[in-house]
Amino acid sequence: MAVQLAETAPPTAKASPSSSVMAHAFKDAVITGLIALGLFAPLIGFETVIIDGALGLDYRPGTLAVMVGIIFVGRLLLNLTVWSPNRKPSVRSGPTIFDRAGTTIGPAMKPLLLAFAVGFPFIAAFAMGGMNESRYLIDLGILILTYVMLGWGLNIVVGLAGLLDLGYVAFYAVGAYTYALLATSAPINDFFAGFLGETFWANWAFWICLPMAGVFAGLWGMMLGFPVLRLRGDYLAIVTLAFGEIIRLVLINWVDFTGGGAGIASIPRATFFGVPFTAGENGFAALFGLQFNPMHRIIFLYFVILALALITAFATVRLRRLPVGRAWEALREDEIACRSLGINTTNVKLSAFATGAMFGGFAGCFFAVRAGFVSPESFTFDISAMILAIVVLGGMGSQIGVAVAAAVMIGGMEMLRNLGFLNQIFGGDFDPSLYRMLIFGFAMVAIMVWKPRGLVSTRDPTIFLKERKAVSGDHVKEGHG
Amino acid sequence: MAPSPAAAGLPNWEADPILAVEHLFMRFGGLIAVNDLSFKVGRGDITALIGPNGAGKTTVFNCITGFYKPSEGRLVLAHGHAPTAEELARVTLIGERALVGRNSSVYLLERMPDYRVSGEAKVARTFQNIRLFTGMTVLENLMVAQHNTLMVASGFSLKGLFGLPGWNAAQRAATEKAKYWLEKVNLTDRADDPAGDLPYGAQRRLEIARAMCSEPILLCLDEPAAGLNPRESLELNTLLRTIRAEHGTSILLIEHDMSVVMEISDHVVVLDYGTKISDGTPEAVKNDPRVIAAYLGVDEDAVEEVEAEIDAEIAAHSTGAHS
Repeated sequence: MAVQLAETAPPTAKASPSSSVMAHAFKDAVITGLIALGLFAPLIGFETVIIDGALGLDYRPGTLAVMVGIIFVGRLLLNLTVWSPNRKPSVRSGPTIFDRAGTTIGPAMKPLLLAFAVGFPFIAAFAMGGMNESRYLIDLGILILTYVMLGWGLNIVVGLAGLLDLGYVAFYAVGAYTYALLATSAPINDFFAGFLGETFWANWAFWICLPMAGVFAGLWGMMLGFPVLRLRGDYLAIVTLAFGEIIRLVLINWVDFTGGGAGIASIPRATFFGVPFTAGENGFAALFGLQFNPMHRIIFLYFVILALALITAFATVRLRRLPVGRAWEALREDEIACRSLGINTTNVKLSAFATGAMFGGFAGCFFAVRAGFVSPESFTFDISAMILAIVVLGGMGSQIGVAVAAAVMIGGMEMLRNLGFLNQIFGGDFDPSLYRMLIFGFAMVAIMVWKPRGLVSTRDPTIFLKERKAVSGDHVKEGHG
Repeated sequence: MAPSPAAAGLPNWEADPILAVEHLFMRFGGLIAVNDLSFKVGRGDITALIGPNGAGKTTVFNCITGFYKPSEGRLVLAHGHAPTAEELARVTLIGERALVGRNSSVYLLERMPDYRVSGEAKVARTFQNIRLFTGMTVLENLMVAQHNTLMVASGFSLKGLFGLPGWNAAQRAATEKAKYWLEKVNLTDRADDPAGDLPYGAQRRLEIARAMCSEPILLCLDEPAAGLNPRESLELNTLLRTIRAEHGTSILLIEHDMSVVMEISDHVVVLDYGTKISDGTPEAVKNDPRVIAAYLGVDEDAVEEVEAEIDAEIAAHSTGAHS
């Protein structure tokens, strides 16, 4: 392919005298600058101002000149460097430096990242000079890990089975509402209060509801799976998108059951396996002889979501090496070939939907217990899009890529809130947080241009005879939905 | 294994058919792709289905392997010995898709979805445009082919998830089988490379190996020699003969390469415009004027002339035989 490209390259690729190149580049830059002037003159050159109560026009020739200058110089530089006809097209075959670095550093990275994740609350407390001061960082850690887990869950459906699911938030919602509804249910509370004590249900609800949330979400995954079995590609994406919205609208409108838009409040908090994080003498602090600190609960929550995320990763890695996981990947590669080998693709698709949904349900249950409050507003399409973006950016099918992408996207979004130093450059009126999404969007476009198959584009084979060789992303298909 | 019509009196495909295609019709709207086609595939035979482009060969294949549901007709696949007429009538009437016995079973392929045709009736196939799992390694391709066996062995993932011993043994056995077939198709050195990286001829061989890993009793190959050079075609002949000799797998193949067809097949069925125009041993088919006419093309009048001639000849023969 690369050879072919080099042969069919346009004749302009031939080396030409540098003076004509310079003249051509300059001419092109001037034209671009004139176009920019035409476009920017009305957009930037004028400013509407209120003069004596009436609307008037102010002129900003300075700003206009700066903008046009930037365009002109930028175009000229690009013409002389990246777009220069003298520049040889980069003929690249085989894995890039980044891929090779990934395969060499990759194995060492995993234990390091894991150790960092385990030690993070302590590092944060040490760095910020105290437990209470580290609250912001640990909360951020919890948020990132929640998205890592959701990313890994969706990765099963999108990355492995190749089924594009735009409604993943539905399963997150099912998990969250399962816990919220069961934990706040008075009849269940009374039932257990009868023979296991008044506080039993409040203390144990999370640990009992966690597996149930996964099961319910998995069942919802199957229910979604059945009608969309025949759909592929764009059609599948649209229907899953609609499914996500249906769940949210049901939650809003079924007021008697779900509390409607007001949501469900005062959901019982997480307990240390039945021991509540309270200041009383039955609380966690008293039991372990510590001084009471509300941060104990937050740090415990951090470890709960870390454990849940690791379970997700472990299960996915194991499942990939089992026939069901290989069938998911085979389904992504070629559905017809799967059926010619006796694989019931209906079951394979449903198992992918159900497994992915189950982990979404676990994450939803955790979300409800952490926030103590759920409402339909927490389960909008934005969340689905964010999780899907994490999976795509991370590299479909890659565990470590998805984890890094989640950390970069969620952590990065938060970091962009703290751009106060820019005020010193652009003056006090400048509000950097407004540019958060713009920078974020640019970053995403840049990554997709630079790594179109995601951060980790190679595929790790599930079994090998002599040598484990990563499969280049060029061969791996994305699935047809 | 080769048919011995002189000894049995009947050719093998009549005496012991593994697959009987009976009055198969396939209509796509107004187009009749397959028109009242009946033929038999002998157990242990290599049967070739040939015909000019657009004759409906691949459509017949898709009907046999369950990818198309035939408009009409019956496709009887027999494990063990061929069913008697009464057995066949019974299974057809009770509306079941199969009658599974201890020594022999009957499957009515037209009633089965594609994955059951390969999984239960054990009819494996390859595709005209190769369909490998390109992003998976050669070995993984062969492991996917053993999905159903491994799925049971992994306790539908539960045993496998916790790494119980039964699963590991099954996985090792499956790997051994994959290694055996890699050896057969000469791909052991490429086992850990992605299937999409293999050269074309090797991809064709891998697809055959993958189909064989599902332990078929009937292997359907859609143009296995397409795009192969003469040396690779020869290797293919050897491979198909080995499959037949060592595994007793019957083979049904669509092929345009006459060197392959005439060299290895025991029985040739010729299609043209969805109907059968000839059926017999390679020699008989090669000399059949109808086949020559279909392949080389003659004017309408000439065809009618030839056909009249043949009919007269056949009539003369049959009267001769009877008297």
